[in-house]
Amino acid sequence: MAILIYTQNYDGKFKKSVFELVTYGAAVAKELGTEVTAVTTGKLDTETLKELGKYGAEKIITITNEELNDFSAQAYAYAIEQVAKKINADLIIFGNNPYGRAIAPRLSVKLNAGLAAGVTALPSSVSPFTVKKRVFSGKAFADVVIKSETKIITLNQNSYKVEENPVDISTEEFTAEIPEGAYAVKPIETVKSSGKMSVTDAEILVSGGRGLKGPENWGMIEEMAEILGAGTSCSRPVSDLDWRPHEEHVGQTGKVVAPNLYIAIGISGAIQHLAGVNGSKVMVVINTDPEAPFFEAADYGIIGDAFEVVPKLNEAFKKFKAEN
Amino acid sequence: MKALICIGHVPDTTSKIKFTDNDTKFDTADIKYIIGPYEELALTRLLDLRDAGTDMHITTVTVGTQETEPTIRKALAMGADDAVRVNAEASDNLFIAKQIAEVFKNGDYDIIITGKESIDYNGGQLEGMIAEFLNLPSVSGASKFDIEGDKILLEQEIEGGTLKLEASFPFVVSAGKGFCPEPEPRIPNMRGIMTARKKPLQVVEPVDQDAVTEIIKYHLPEPKPACKMIDPDNVEELVRLLHEEAKVI
Repeated sequence: MAILIYTQNYDGKFKKSVFELVTYGAAVAKELGTEVTAVTTGKLDTETLKELGKYGAEKIITITNEELNDFSAQAYAYAIEQVAKKINADLIIFGNNPYGRAIAPRLSVKLNAGLAAGVTALPSSVSPFTVKKRVFSGKAFADVVIKSETKIITLNQNSYKVEENPVDISTEEFTAEIPEGAYAVKPIETVKSSGKMSVTDAEILVSGGRGLKGPENWGMIEEMAEILGAGTSCSRPVSDLDWRPHEEHVGQTGKVVAPNLYIAIGISGAIQHLAGVNGSKVMVVINTDPEAPFFEAADYGIIGDAFEVVPKLNEAFKKFKAEN
Repeated sequence: MKALICIGHVPDTTSKIKFTDNDTKFDTADIKYIIGPYEELALTRLLDLRDAGTDMHITTVTVGTQETEPTIRKALAMGADDAVRVNAEASDNLFIAKQIAEVFKNGDYDIIITGKESIDYNGGQLEGMIAEFLNLPSVSGASKFDIEGDKILLEQEIEGGTLKLEASFPFVVSAGKGFCPEPEPRIPNMRGIMTARKKPLQVVEPVDQDAVTEIIKYHLPEPKPACKMIDPDNVEELVRLLHEEAKVI
């Protein structure tokens, strides 16, 4: 048994979501009595690679092909397949993010490996290999058995607690053989978003809905986000009305998020919205309508007018932050 | 151009989800089925492009038993030209992808379009698997989709921004939010429904592919304790609870 984790770096840096994958992989490795190999691309300095060791990755393979500077799912799948074969990986772990979702299915075909996407916990059994995943948009979970010899999973973000587990690392560079045709999709340009925290990365999200009446009223939402070090998100009508950018839309047809704390302000909680946020650890709802369905799903609720409650709450958060 | 679009037969998004047989089977009683929302978005986009003058033949493909035919007929009533149904229970994703790849090989299609993810088993794996079976390039979760001559112009939301891409045929893409910029629901009219009955729906038998995953049990989420209500005049209490009880700030 060998475990391979795909650790994506962004301009040479790792994000917390990668440490979550490594922590998870190290826990599975312990169960199986094996070790964890992390694979990444590009040229990274040793200090950065050592960060992976802090969470339990013993071996780190860097694929150095310059062609991989541009993302191509096809090319990445070729490269990672070769690394997987080199270390005889039985279990390959990706994050359930745009990259993992693009590469993992291709690898699944290449290796005839069963793929469980959107896994939310450690395997409940290693033989047969059984993992829990979200189904029906979070309205239920399923235990999935992967029957093939090689297994692939994509782990949902924020489903496993990041913990340090320092080990000594060995590093290795690897040049993959990638056929020419693997770059048929040409990147033209990347348009960077506002530089704010992405909704899927945020540990706290302050979310506004149509109850806020207009984009001019988002000042107090952004203020709360700033006090809490949170990201901002919104409901579908708000992004459809262009009050907020589409990248902030969370829900069934927007982004699916699982922050530690989700504060919904002026959102009634339609089932499609809940499907995108019901993985949140704690949900707070502020709404004028006591019948709003969101109160049934929430942990804490305030029935009241956002325009009165939110400024008061911001003051209380500020006071709390000053004291803690 | 010939487009092959995957149409999923999934429970309506407002369905109450229940299980039977000791929580090993999805309870289909009282469930209303719909076209997967992302697939409907993709079909709407294709129909919009065709209405705007792109020459296009649209074939739908569904892996499923005869029960899926009303959903397939709905896609035909919306405006797809014909349909293929692979006569098999849709279960393992590798199995489904292999069937769709086979349908593609047996026709002279230029592009395969899927939804970003199915809302039932939330796989989100099909487009990558189909593309790999066919050794074709692909983009997952495109947030914009245009055809200009023999070029496909796409956008994809990535972490921290938007990536603009260009591809050529043959190609595989899955549709995410934004794929159809102003989706006007295409509600089939009587004429559409009547013509859909006469449109060709070809049934083919599946090719061999071992299922490598299996769902052995379902769970419903633990019921949440009732929401704690806080007096709007005492918001400090909420801050205290978030800190001391929920420990999230």
